[in-house]
Amino acid sequence: MKTRYSRQELFLGETAQRKIRNGRILIIGAGALGSSSAEMLARAGVGKITIVDRDYVEWSNLQRQHLFAEEHAEQRIPKAAAAKQRLEQINSHITIHSLICDIHGLNIGEIVKGHDLIIDASDNFEIRLIANDAAVKQGIPFVMGACVASYGTTFTVLPGETPCLHCLFNHLPIDGMTCETVGVISPIVQIITALQVTQVLKILTGAPIEPILKSVDVWKDERADIDVSRLKNADCPTCGSGPTYPYLQYENQTKSEVLCGREAVQIRPAATREFILQTFLDKLKGLVGNPIINPFLLSCEFAGHRIVFFKDGRAIVHGTNDLRIARTVYNRFLQYYTD
Amino acid sequence: MTLQINGKQVELPDNVNSVKKLLLHYKLESRIAVVELNKEIVKKEEYEKRKLVNGDTLEIVHFIGGG
Repeated sequence: MKTRYSRQELFLGETAQRKIRNGRILIIGAGALGSSSAEMLARAGVGKITIVDRDYVEWSNLQRQHLFAEEHAEQRIPKAAAAKQRLEQINSHITIHSLICDIHGLNIGEIVKGHDLIIDASDNFEIRLIANDAAVKQGIPFVMGACVASYGTTFTVLPGETPCLHCLFNHLPIDGMTCETVGVISPIVQIITALQVTQVLKILTGAPIEPILKSVDVWKDERADIDVSRLKNADCPTCGSGPTYPYLQYENQTKSEVLCGREAVQIRPAATREFILQTFLDKLKGLVGNPIINPFLLSCEFAGHRIVFFKDGRAIVHGTNDLRIARTVYNRFLQYYTD
Repeated sequence: MTLQINGKQVELPDNVNSVKKLLLHYKLESRIAVVELNKEIVKKEEYEKRKLVNGDTLEIVHFIGGG
């Protein structure tokens, strides 16, 4: 047992191992990035790991999400639960918490409490900005990571020192490129995770962190490093002098509600913007059935549900009373939109 | 024109002569990106007027949603 961390201790030192043991880390998302960093951190001996995810394991996850096996996909086990089970097999001397829930701006504060660091392993900009707000508000580091196709980015937010994500992108982007629309290969996931986990080990052991935004394209064999310290915005609504933490506010949450007696759920996105419906329909070609379009809305069948999508981004998802299912369908649908 | 982009030497048509045109060339114009030209971050408002010349070194990072 004494030799368990010996190779790491030779490199980092024995005191460093104690610091790692005292680490309490929240991982947002148990997909590709989340399962990979959770496994590395569990093996490294981080004392407490909490992993949060709203989804369940599917066959299409197994190609890159290392904690999961066929039985999890067959039984549709929630990712957070499957991850906990596997992580406890890997290291029984640490504490693993799993939370099967949908993180939003109103519940993240409670979830973050009791952790020293947040790892971003989410799959969308909205949760990333929510997590950024929560991390800055509670004054703990936030290690952003994202990847799609063969490309990925990472940046570490140290509240009070580096710019935050909100400084880097001053509005909520809509991204048509996701793993579901353009795919992803496993090596880029491992590279981004390796960079994220290295940052975590540095933070836990007190090594300095540089304000460098990094990107890698493993297929094109390209990488970029940009020192973004001068992008720190003194008036940033998240990390500036008078913070309002906009992504934690009620009015900025994506809202969903069951429409009584209609077996349908209405989704209202946080940010209203105008969608060009014909462009959207063109992108959805071959993916939707029976489309109807008029100047106000686009109605079509998608993933077994009829979706009525209004040009301000509001939508009604028919055929379910389950908010979680409706939001999943809506998010998947929206992935196909690009300007 | 020869540019050094993200660590690689790239040959581009001569009409790709501003940061804006470069982002258009790589279809990154509607994405959120950070562009560094010769070790200096270029502000978004300056993308059009910041001209590129032979031998310039650029680092471009664009943000994506997935994970």
